[in-house]
Amino acid sequence: MSDIILETRDLTKHYGGVHALEGADFILRKGEHVAIMGDNGAGKSTFVRQITGVEQRTRGEIIFDGRPVDFDGPLDAREAGMETVFQTLALADHLDVSDNLFLGREKIRFRLGPFSILDYKAMHEATLAALEKTGVKIPNIHNTIERMSGGQRQCVAIARTATFHSKLTIMDEPTAALGVQETAQVENIIRTLKGQGEPLILISHNMRQVFDLVDRIVVFRRGRIVADLNRDETDGQDVVAYITGAKTQPQFEVAGA
Amino acid sequence: MAESTHGTGGLKYDPKKKARPPELNVFIALVLLVVTFEVLGWLLYRDSFLFNTRDNVDSFFNWARINIIILQVAIVGIIALGVTQVIISGGIDLSSGSIVGATAMISMSFAQTALVNGNPNPKAIFGDWAMDLPVIAPVVVGLACGLIAGAVNGLLIAYTRIPPFIATLGMMVSARGLAKWWSNGNPISFPTDSFAAIGKGMNPVLIFVVLAILFHLILRYTVYGKHTYAIGSNEDAARMSGINVARHKVLIYTIAGMLAAVAAIVLSSKNLTAQAGMGVMYELDAIAMTVIGGVSLSGGRGSVIGTVIGALIFGVIISGFTFLKLDAYYQEMVKGAIIVGAVVLDQWRQRRAALGR
Repeated sequence: MSDIILETRDLTKHYGGVHALEGADFILRKGEHVAIMGDNGAGKSTFVRQITGVEQRTRGEIIFDGRPVDFDGPLDAREAGMETVFQTLALADHLDVSDNLFLGREKIRFRLGPFSILDYKAMHEATLAALEKTGVKIPNIHNTIERMSGGQRQCVAIARTATFHSKLTIMDEPTAALGVQETAQVENIIRTLKGQGEPLILISHNMRQVFDLVDRIVVFRRGRIVADLNRDETDGQDVVAYITGAKTQPQFEVAGA
Repeated sequence: MAESTHGTGGLKYDPKKKARPPELNVFIALVLLVVTFEVLGWLLYRDSFLFNTRDNVDSFFNWARINIIILQVAIVGIIALGVTQVIISGGIDLSSGSIVGATAMISMSFAQTALVNGNPNPKAIFGDWAMDLPVIAPVVVGLACGLIAGAVNGLLIAYTRIPPFIATLGMMVSARGLAKWWSNGNPISFPTDSFAAIGKGMNPVLIFVVLAILFHLILRYTVYGKHTYAIGSNEDAARMSGINVARHKVLIYTIAGMLAAVAAIVLSSKNLTAQAGMGVMYELDAIAMTVIGGVSLSGGRGSVIGTVIGALIFGVIISGFTFLKLDAYYQEMVKGAIIVGAVVLDQWRQRRAALGR
């Protein structure tokens, strides 16, 4: 197997006459952190929705972990090892941290169909281990999600991806709604994931954050990839030029565009 | 240990803000209510609500009253256990009272004796083949009725995506119609001794307590319970987490239907008769007990313990009003006010939670 964890070839999505995503060729290597940037409506979220199976693509190929995949839904993607932290958090507010971490894949002490007995002890221990691993700081894991700050909630959602040894983590603007301190905490978790060699796709508008965290920046504009930049060989102004359309990398030039 | 390895991380954590279990609040309400009746009793009639005041009985408490309080809520309490898990999952069940009616009629038809005082049973529904059947027959038939009715509710809600309110409203009307059609509105009476034994004396309370403990354990310690809370809390999150939400909902409503059937069997056995009008308004009483017990109508919150205390509050109110020699009409009016009050309290609690306390 090669070291490529995710590859898309000619990934395209049309909503009726709207070409939201056009011929995206994208490669992510193991252990690599890549940011996807672009203006609103540039096709970033559309790109992620096709990969994770939230929507079905118009055409193109997705190769995940060495195999062409065709996910029916985000659940399929998750089972294959692709975890997504969505903008709208998928957490059950009335449950506590470990309940949420293990929701849908509870540890069982005694199997009895739907009435299987939960192994709370094992789940709590695994939760503490997962929080340790990601460096997430939650004051009390027995607290329900509704009693937590936005940052803590985001941390729980991220810790969930780490608990299950996902092969790829995708975060869609994980800090958009967070304060300074909470943003710093989430960024720390992302660094921890980097240290552990977990690949990541980060969608973000925050230039400082992107330059702080990732190895590579892919810029989308009007449904197309217009640049694939190494973080060390570019700067903020350069990226802005690609985002706004002042520049396009020669290999992404489209005839007649 | 959790505190030591995971510091506050710059985020404030105040242990005092740890929530008081809502069941405790409900229990305090129960105690306050009993105290109120006790005080009013002494002021108005120089009599005690809870304690024994008769010389010819040797006990501390007025057990006759306490037994009545518990007995009169036990049967609706059984229904409320099913309603509790339905409401925790974010749904509602309006059909339980009518399921009680239909199940009582059908199950009683299989519990009749052949001879009453030496004469053929005047209320016989079926021919001789259905007379003097072993007690298992009416029980199984009754449970099957509840299972079918509940499953229809669940399938409608899960697969046609119509609101639970509408689906169970339809079942409420149809099941009541079935109950009336079954014997052209005639009561069905004269059950076998073994069937009559089910609801004898304090048996309904025993059955209620056993089922309450069972469902407390199920909701708290099983995957079924966890998923029920998860669905009520955030259905999309539950679906995203791989929970088969549709299948789980069918299971929830089926179990609720079967608990209504258990209530029907116990009730018709206790009354020694089944009537088409049995269980009218029980669904609302069950919902009231549940809501008073702290189960949130918006889902995700509540417990069986709360519902049991809610049921006791319900019983205390009815007994208390009788004790204070107030008209039954007042009871109903106050019952309505209490239901609305409990929901207002729930909304207020939600808003406070949403605002971060």
